[in-house]
Amino acid sequence: MKLFLKIWRQKSAQDNGSMKDYTLDGVEGDMSFLEMLDVLNEELISKGEEPVEFDHDCREGICGMCSLQINGEPHGPDRLVTTCQLHMRKFNDGDTIVIEPFRAKAFPVIKDLVVDRSAFDRIQQAGGYVSVNTSGNTIDANAIPIEKEKADDAFNAATCIGCGACVAACKNASAMLFTSAKVSQYALLPQGRVEATDRVLNMVKQMDLEGFGNCTNTGACEVECPKGISLENIARLNREYLAASIKG
Amino acid sequence: MGVLDSKVPSGPLAEKWTKHKNEINLVNPANKRLIDIIVVGTGLAGGAAAATLAELGYNVKTFCYQDSPRRAHSIAAQGGINAAKNYQGDGDSPYRLFYDTVKGGDYRSREANVYRLAEESVNIIDQCVAQGVPFAREYGGLLDNRSFGGVLVSRTFYAKGQTGQQLLLGAYSAMNRQINRGKITPYNRHEMMDLVLVDGKARGIIARNLVTGEIERHAAHAVVLATGGYGNVFFLSTNAMGSNVMAAWRAHRKGAFFANPCFTQIHPTCIPVSGDHQSKLTLMSESLRNDGRIWVPKRKEDAEAIRAGKLKPTQLGEEERDYYLERRYPAFGNLVPRDVASRAAKERCDAGYGVNKTGEAVYLDFAAAIQRYGKEKALTSGLKNPDAATITKLGEEVIENKYGNLFQMYEKIVDENPYKTPMMIYPAVHYTMGGLWVDYNLMTTIPGCYSAGEANFSDHGANRLGASALMQGLADGYFVLPYTIGDYLSDDIRTGPISPDTDEFVKAEEEVKARLEKLMSGNGLHSVDHYHKKLGKIMWNKCGMARNEKDLKSAIKEISELRKDFWENVKIPGEINAKNQELEKAGRVADFLELGELFAKDALTRNESCGGHFREEYQTEEGEALRDDKNFTFVSAWEYKGEPKDAVLHKEELKYENIELKTRSYK
Ligand SMILES: Cc1cc2nc3c(=O)[nH]c(=O)nc-3n(C[C@H](O)[C@H](O)[C@H](O)COP(=O)(O)OP(=O)(O)OC[C@H]3O[C@@H](n4cnc5c(N)ncnc54)[C@H](O)[C@@H]3O)c2cc1C
Ligand code: SF4
Ligand code: FES
Repeated sequence: MKLFLKIWRQKSAQDNGSMKDYTLDGVEGDMSFLEMLDVLNEELISKGEEPVEFDHDCREGICGMCSLQINGEPHGPDRLVTTCQLHMRKFNDGDTIVIEPFRAKAFPVIKDLVVDRSAFDRIQQAGGYVSVNTSGNTIDANAIPIEKEKADDAFNAATCIGCGACVAACKNASAMLFTSAKVSQYALLPQGRVEATDRVLNMVKQMDLEGFGNCTNTGACEVECPKGISLENIARLNREYLAASIKG
Repeated sequence: MGVLDSKVPSGPLAEKWTKHKNEINLVNPANKRLIDIIVVGTGLAGGAAAATLAELGYNVKTFCYQDSPRRAHSIAAQGGINAAKNYQGDGDSPYRLFYDTVKGGDYRSREANVYRLAEESVNIIDQCVAQGVPFAREYGGLLDNRSFGGVLVSRTFYAKGQTGQQLLLGAYSAMNRQINRGKITPYNRHEMMDLVLVDGKARGIIARNLVTGEIERHAAHAVVLATGGYGNVFFLSTNAMGSNVMAAWRAHRKGAFFANPCFTQIHPTCIPVSGDHQSKLTLMSESLRNDGRIWVPKRKEDAEAIRAGKLKPTQLGEEERDYYLERRYPAFGNLVPRDVASRAAKERCDAGYGVNKTGEAVYLDFAAAIQRYGKEKALTSGLKNPDAATITKLGEEVIENKYGNLFQMYEKIVDENPYKTPMMIYPAVHYTMGGLWVDYNLMTTIPGCYSAGEANFSDHGANRLGASALMQGLADGYFVLPYTIGDYLSDDIRTGPISPDTDEFVKAEEEVKARLEKLMSGNGLHSVDHYHKKLGKIMWNKCGMARNEKDLKSAIKEISELRKDFWENVKIPGEINAKNQELEKAGRVADFLELGELFAKDALTRNESCGGHFREEYQTEEGEALRDDKNFTFVSAWEYKGEPKDAVLHKEELKYENIELKTRSYK
């Protein structure tokens, strides 16, 4: 198929950037979206032009590196997939596709479609861990049985890949879904409960410092999240936060 | 023994590690604060090592090429992690795990290292649970296990199909705790371009800031390389796009011996190649072989009809299918080790029984498992006389619960529903057992340069068993390296900070810059990918699942010609002092073009078949691998001497004192 691409090009963080048009022929349905961009880039290179830069690594939906806003939606039109898992069979011959970086104040553009998501790391550094030493000598793994349902819920929250689609989808650019996923994982496990109070306060504080917006419960994040992270996590974070604030 | 001293402690196998820990030199906590360590790589091995080193008190700098440590390729590991916990009471023990690993590796690994790994495996699970890693559990609240290939016990711990993700996020969280305490400084989007030696010791690295293009010098008392495997030398593999050999290869060029480069694992269950545009291959976890049965049609005509789209696999009855693994290996059936399963698939496809358009695929079928689980579920849910549809529905739910994300991944890529029609799979490059040679302390042949995880060669011999890489990465990182490195660093407590401004650093920086400029000054004929794909084709066709002398010789010639062509004609747009993904790729491919040649040379030298290394000249009449213990019970460690063709072979003889060398049989 033949596609008309409108792609955000921006040389560097300092540059202004603009949309550029490209026409690409010979796209096959079996190609992934990123493989389609590979083909475009090979064409650009052979013409001596700079290829379009985008973040990617695993190309199987787990590293959270890929991050494209496709026709206005983070990770494109398909549900529960990342950009790298989106296949061209979802598009038709002659389609125009608009490709932009994830947009948010806290995610400045580095180049073309690549953004800086280090704010997410700093939120995790503020409390996304259990303070146990890793040099050995802890209790036996089966010493504390955990209800299967709780363990499964904790796992589901923990499958967040830190891609940032929730932020890009939100009109307030809020990072609540991302932050709540980690808070929930630990809140649901006995190992995590011990520090639950400090954790939620510190992580939320960092989230606000990074310039993410407030959550107004529109639910756009849940719809676009490639891993199906549920809004229930935000509700849980709010409960934890309230309880912690009263205590603290 | 030659120049290689494995430093394996004396004494009985089961006591070596404890004894060694009691005897090695320690650095006292106050002195650790005076010592800096660079850890390159933030996967399971690097992330875990950084966390424990920082916790012990060292000052740690970490490096990774991704935008966050959490994205290292360990994240993609699916199936699980082994540990000799014996929670299932099925007779498991550290000894059995040790035995399985040595046998699985076709008797080409070091006994003492493997035993230590088996011993530490139990701590890993305790540690990870304490960190809040949400492993799968049974209804009683205790941890669940599954089975992997090459073993007869159930010792694999898992978190659905995302075990690597959960373990890596655990290591990442431990790193974050140390970053928050100021004990780790992370350098993300940074690539190590060279190792710096001062007075023969590793004292730092040259790194490129991938955002600005700036070249930076970083000094430390020791350098740990935990940079993963080099499977991408084949272009197509299950590795992440950026996985590379640069760090290990740069160290090799500075004096670190490279061990067993030809020991590469081709994983039997991956989604087949769909076309020329393909950029990477996707694994379907080995855990699927717990429940999936592998088959091809018995009759060639049926295979042909399927390829032509005239027949559907579901139309073939039981007696028309050849469950070739169950037929050839009745004892282990679908759970034979990976090398055996891969070769068997290739054998059937080469013989004309392949089932996709290109004839390079076999079936992995869940229909029987769905029925079995469905009936069991109906029974436990108290359903009397359930109808067929109910059984199928219940069975599919059980399968979804176990492997949901893998089935979803398959459906997205292939556009077929694997609950209804069998999956198509084919072998693909997955893991590299070879890597930097290290001694028992995980130190390379360069003093002060350590290597952990997939980047080293240590524990898996000629073939790795499933769910053992995660185990090795975490054991190396959390529990081994942080202690053994103290033995070396105890000499450095009075050294004071290492300066990054000495001549050695300046010179190394200049060399890196010159190399980058040389890359940018190519004639501009072909893109980096053009060369990478060509290299991959040579590797796959001539150094892949089956190798022979003639092909290996021609591979060596072709790769060296391709390398020359690359340096003359590669085309890299953009700027050197800015973000430039093509330049990043070019640096990696340049090193693959050297490694590939050494790989072929290593395969050519090893005149035997063992594990993942199958030489067509050395096989039994039934086509099974023929090992030559008399002449090849050694590790090949290559010393760099300029061109790969000039590399010098050093042998570390392997001594088996606790295990009798036997022909591996899974029949
Ligand atoms: C799809 C897939 C599934 C798997 N499933 C399983 C499984 O179920 N069980 C199992 O036991 N094993 C599995 N494996 C194998 C296992 O995941 C890996 O062997 C293991 O995770 C490697 O960990 P590592 O820490 O050594 O390296 P990696 O996780 O690969 O990390 C490498 C690190 O090095 C950094 N790096 C590399 N080069 C440079 C450089 N030049 N400069 C700076 N940084 C650099 C990277 O940024 C990264 O942080 C699987 C592998 C794959 C590919
Ligand atoms: S919550 Fe979902 S969308 Fe947000 S970062 Fe995590 S995986 Fe991505
Ligand atoms: S590239 Fe890893 S999630 Fe898309």
